[in-house]
Amino acid sequence: MKVQIKFFAILRERVGAGEIVKEVKEGCTVRELWRALQEDYPKLAAAETRLLYAVNRDYVNADHVLKERDEVVFVPPVSGG
Amino acid sequence: MFRVVRKPIDPQELVRYVTDPEAGAIVTFIGTTRNNNEGRKVIALDYEAYPEMAEKELARLGAEAKAKWNIRRMAIVHRIGPVQITEPSVIIAVSAAHRDDAFQACRFAIEEIKKTVPIWKKEVFEGGEVWIGTQSGQPLNR
Repeated sequence: MKVQIKFFAILRERVGAGEIVKEVKEGCTVRELWRALQEDYPKLAAAETRLLYAVNRDYVNADHVLKERDEVVFVPPVSGG
Repeated sequence: MFRVVRKPIDPQELVRYVTDPEAGAIVTFIGTTRNNNEGRKVIALDYEAYPEMAEKELARLGAEAKAKWNIRRMAIVHRIGPVQITEPSVIIAVSAAHRDDAFQACRFAIEEIKKTVPIWKKEVFEGGEVWIGTQSGQPLNR
């Protein structure tokens, strides 16, 4: 199945793209997707700590199981205001 | 009114929005770009957002404030893109029957924005730029 991943801020810069589509296995969790992305984009490895995860615009935990066409965002520490 | 916008924010628009005949107080907070940070000479702050989720999170914290305090109306507008020195990046306006609720709800809103709303700022300073709040913590050379 395919999921859509959006990157923002420092992660967008490290990946070099704001948005990608990735093929993942059924039952893939957010944590597993992050590990797979680190293999695709080694520069993400250094950005591991303190991430939050959002699926379809809601925060979820790392064990959240993904579904076809989910919109996934790895949220680096926010700094609005 | 909970919005993420690309153009300058007009404080009067938010004040008008929260104006309410049953309110005895309107409190506003305006976050602005400061010309220095941790010894660096700041040129501008460049904000980026996950806009759809940021607006949703702003509305969620507005609902939370309404549940906690006796407020009438609330408006939060956050600007993204480059924000120059002295310009507002975020404006919050809250109306309430009494000032205490308005002050507390406004304070709550700005503190929560800094914790949960998916908005990021990059500080552009003399000699480089750095994402604020990121785990890298190291200024990148331009």
